[in-house]
Amino acid sequence: MRTIAVDVPTVEVKNHPGRHHVGCAAAGSATALIGAAGVWGGLVAVFGSAPQMSIGWLLPLSGVVLHLDPLGGFFSVLIGAVAVPVGVYTVGYARHERWPALSLTVLPLFVAAMLLVTAAGSIPTFLLAWELMALASVLLVITDHDRAEVRSAALFYAAMTQLGFVAILVGLMVMATSMGADRFTEMTVVPEPLRDVVFVLTVAGFGSKAGLVPLHAWLARAHPEAPSPVSALMSAAMVTLGVYGIIRIDLVLIGPGPRWWAVLLLLVGAASALYGVLQASVATDVKRLLAYSTTDNMGLITMALGASLLLSGAGAPEAAAIAAVAALLHLLAHAAFKSLGFMAAGSVLAATGLRDLDRMGGLARPMPVTTVLFGVAALGACGLPLGAGFVSEWLLVQALVHASTSGDVVVALAAPLAVGAVALTTGLSVAAMVKAFGIGFLARPRSAAARQARESAASMLTAMVIVAVGCVVLALAPVAAAAVVARAVNVMPTARSAAPAVDFAAVIRLPGLGGSIAPGLLATAFVAALLAAVVAMRWRARRRPPTVQLPLWACGADDLTPRMQYTATSFAEPLQRVFNDVLRPASDIDVTHHSESRYMVSAITYRNRIADALEIRLYQPVVTGVKRAAEVVRRAHNGSVHLYLAYGALGVLVVLVIAR
Amino acid sequence: MIGWLRKALRVGRIVEPAPPAPFAAPAAIDALRGSMQIRHVDAGSCNGCEIEISGAFGPVYDAERFGARLVASPRHADALLVTGVVTRNMEEPLRNTAAATPAPRVVIACGDCALNRGVFADAYGVVGSVGEVLDSVDVEIAGCPPTPEAIIAALRSVTRR
Amino acid sequence: MTVMAVVAGGAQLLTVTVGAPLLIGLMRQVRAAWEGRGGGGILQPWRDLRKQLGKQQIIPRGTTVVFTAAPLIVAATSILLAAIVPIVATGSPLDPVADLFAVVGVLFLGTVALTLAGIDTGTAFGGMGASREITIAALVEPTILLAVFALSIPTGSANLGALMATTLSDPGSVASLTGVLAFVALVLVIIAEAGRLPVDNPATHLELTMVHEAMVLEYAGPRLALMEWASAMRLTVLLALLANLFLPWGIAADAPTLLQVLTGVGAITVKVAVLATALATMEVFMAKLRLFRVPELLAGSFLLGLLAVTSANFFTR
Repeated sequence: MRTIAVDVPTVEVKNHPGRHHVGCAAAGSATALIGAAGVWGGLVAVFGSAPQMSIGWLLPLSGVVLHLDPLGGFFSVLIGAVAVPVGVYTVGYARHERWPALSLTVLPLFVAAMLLVTAAGSIPTFLLAWELMALASVLLVITDHDRAEVRSAALFYAAMTQLGFVAILVGLMVMATSMGADRFTEMTVVPEPLRDVVFVLTVAGFGSKAGLVPLHAWLARAHPEAPSPVSALMSAAMVTLGVYGIIRIDLVLIGPGPRWWAVLLLLVGAASALYGVLQASVATDVKRLLAYSTTDNMGLITMALGASLLLSGAGAPEAAAIAAVAALLHLLAHAAFKSLGFMAAGSVLAATGLRDLDRMGGLARPMPVTTVLFGVAALGACGLPLGAGFVSEWLLVQALVHASTSGDVVVALAAPLAVGAVALTTGLSVAAMVKAFGIGFLARPRSAAARQARESAASMLTAMVIVAVGCVVLALAPVAAAAVVARAVNVMPTARSAAPAVDFAAVIRLPGLGGSIAPGLLATAFVAALLAAVVAMRWRARRRPPTVQLPLWACGADDLTPRMQYTATSFAEPLQRVFNDVLRPASDIDVTHHSESRYMVSAITYRNRIADALEIRLYQPVVTGVKRAAEVVRRAHNGSVHLYLAYGALGVLVVLVIAR
Repeated sequence: MIGWLRKALRVGRIVEPAPPAPFAAPAAIDALRGSMQIRHVDAGSCNGCEIEISGAFGPVYDAERFGARLVASPRHADALLVTGVVTRNMEEPLRNTAAATPAPRVVIACGDCALNRGVFADAYGVVGSVGEVLDSVDVEIAGCPPTPEAIIAALRSVTRR
Repeated sequence: MTVMAVVAGGAQLLTVTVGAPLLIGLMRQVRAAWEGRGGGGILQPWRDLRKQLGKQQIIPRGTTVVFTAAPLIVAATSILLAAIVPIVATGSPLDPVADLFAVVGVLFLGTVALTLAGIDTGTAFGGMGASREITIAALVEPTILLAVFALSIPTGSANLGALMATTLSDPGSVASLTGVLAFVALVLVIIAEAGRLPVDNPATHLELTMVHEAMVLEYAGPRLALMEWASAMRLTVLLALLANLFLPWGIAADAPTLLQVLTGVGAITVKVAVLATALATMEVFMAKLRLFRVPELLAGSFLLGLLAVTSANFFTR
């Protein structure tokens, strides 16, 4: 269990539990209200037209420009729709976990900053809102700052988010100076070599925020250490803004680019999807698993965007539009099932103090509602029929499969590889989610902490039920989101078309290509088949001897202890072996011998760690290199005042020369 | 592989014709008519009975013709085929196995050791015959070891095929 | 949706539900014939099922509702597949509801339910079977989708009725390189999904070699019967799908007459029987692969699927 840091504001709050409860309720309600405002504003922007607002005095030199177009409105609806249940959830969670006042205050501001990003109408506004969002998220991640892992994770996250911001800053600055305008509505064409520079910088910066490989390492570190409502907001809403940045800047503003852009997006997306899901399938910390699953889903969405770009450039506009619809629909579905997953994991964490799947288990009886809700989230994350992520993945695969481009070699090679990547991702994500749900919630408790689980507070359960209803609606009747998605897609030049690309109804049809599916009817047919199976089992029921409850068949031994069950590590071991070269697990075996004889063993310790191999191989050299460069530069700081004065004079001289 | 194909085609069907059906055992239950899944338990046998049982389920005698099949888990089984005298270490596992089998179930004791301790009557590691450890033995197969024909006759007395 | 289409759908369901245990019986008889034995007869699995349904139900302590509901869910997915896949007639009432990608997803859903049941038993063998099953299923998934992709390129649609209609009107499309590669890839996929040799031995008694059996070790009586029957139906539907994708002759058209429906039933029975005999014969001469050799086999089938798609892209457009 966590202890609260003893500094002045929290001591006051600790001595007044009533005040803390009011504070939590206020913070949660404020978050929910801001979220609701975001949803309302977004819907107005999508279906009507929101005016442009300009506040000249808020930022020096350029002012704040707010403009909500249908694309921004879509993202505003998404973020608001996640913020409302997370706000309700925080009421109970923050009270249970004794959040400090700082976190309670910053949470609604974090949501407001995210909504501001979607509403930004000019580059300075965008950058301001982006930094506010990043700052708020760092403050929230560091809520439990008395634990060393939290501090180190927050530092890592802050460093990466600032580096990403620098990339975005430079990219957007180049864009603004080359066009001579900084309002989104006044932008024209960016000249050729600069366009590619802007593209690379913004994809790097926004991709890092979205958790795309290789700039994804902060996700797996920050999400487990952040409190669960914050993880839910970050994974479901904040990474979405990374994708928003890519769509807004790279697909809308600097226009549909050359083919290599699309191929780059496809490659980065495929690598993120495969690497993310592979790490998720071997992760034993449930929040780390969900964080890597976010990388996986963002990779799929980026693949959909890349496919849309590639197909529109190759002369298959219907398929391009379908791929864009798939991307946006998957964003919605991901927001739903990921926030539900994190909230359920937080519920378990609050009840048992456990994040480690190897020590969880047997939670289905004491926490039935949380178990069912996590099951809904896991089914959505799998991409299987009846789950929230199925229709969007189906749309993406249809777009890739049926792009009939006459002999275009790149498309003909890229499409099957992309389909193979999506399929492998689906398979591995099923493995990851079955592990998370089965080992975490079913069978018997593997530790004393799991045995002491109790169901969560009503506010937390209510919030999770709201999101679960959203998941089910997206799974069975995605027509509910059709209108919003269609209008948002129309803003993207690769997907603009007169007729809707996807006909959402009870049966979803693809008019341009021959394809149809009906998730709602499929679910009905499934229920009918289930009833038929129940009836079939009644045959010869009267002849059966009475039902009996027996101990497990332990192969003749007396009984099986809960520690003999498969753990998450053992469950994922065959998969880990298959992908050994990518994951590079490190294992240590320490043998302690008896003092009398080296032939007798008194204890054996086995440790197996799967760290993020990309982080070790890519980040370590960069950090080492930066450290060495810093050591070299340090020699210029020798403490002599004369030298510093000389530097100052040199600097003024250089500025004078340049300014002439 | 071509060699195997030729051999299989050349040897053909080697199963012996089925002898006339035996009388139904008193313990025969209607529920197990025509189909019986068997879980074999070695309670402490010398493996002589096991060799005869594998012969009974082999190509020459083919017990599967009469509806009997060996399964891996007692939960899937209707009959326990116990061989050997019950030793001290196997007493609890034998009881647990019998308890894990769903009703209706049949216990078949195979071989003289299982019936009445056989040659191991005075050994130190022995608890008793199967009848002394389990509640009831429904079918007995005498012999040391019993011939495959005797084993098949006992199985057919339950399946009545 | 005419009355005859519904009758055809009902005939299809009936054929699969009644015929699945007979298929298992046929495969066991073929094996027995190769081994020189007599075998229990084609009807033996039905006798086994009938007996199991009359046995006692056992609820193991420590399991949850997932354990008790999983056989029903697996059976439901099998029945759903039997209703969706065009087995007897192409105009199945559920045809617009699901295409080949959705069929693969429903198949996978059944696997997931079975795996969760294996974990829920709380035994070491249940977890072991679940872990192996999910590894194989995850690695088979790309191959299935690629093979489906390859088959749907000439048609321009992944809806099953459309696929079979194209093959009926243009037999050359399955005799091509694409068709052969996709066929081999799908055969390997079916062996892996249905748990047959060389991926998994359905008749093994050694728990450490089990994949599918290990998950059902704890089931008894009616639930075991439902699980066995659902597994048999999955194999039957997969073989029927393979037969109809590559040799759809005999299948009734969209608006069939009674005679066409009966012909369809007869045709699919013959086709599936031939495929099952071939599969059982292959099994007699093959040993089970080591578990960690199975991913190599699946990688090989993935490569075949990829080649099938590439050849479809380059040789038919």
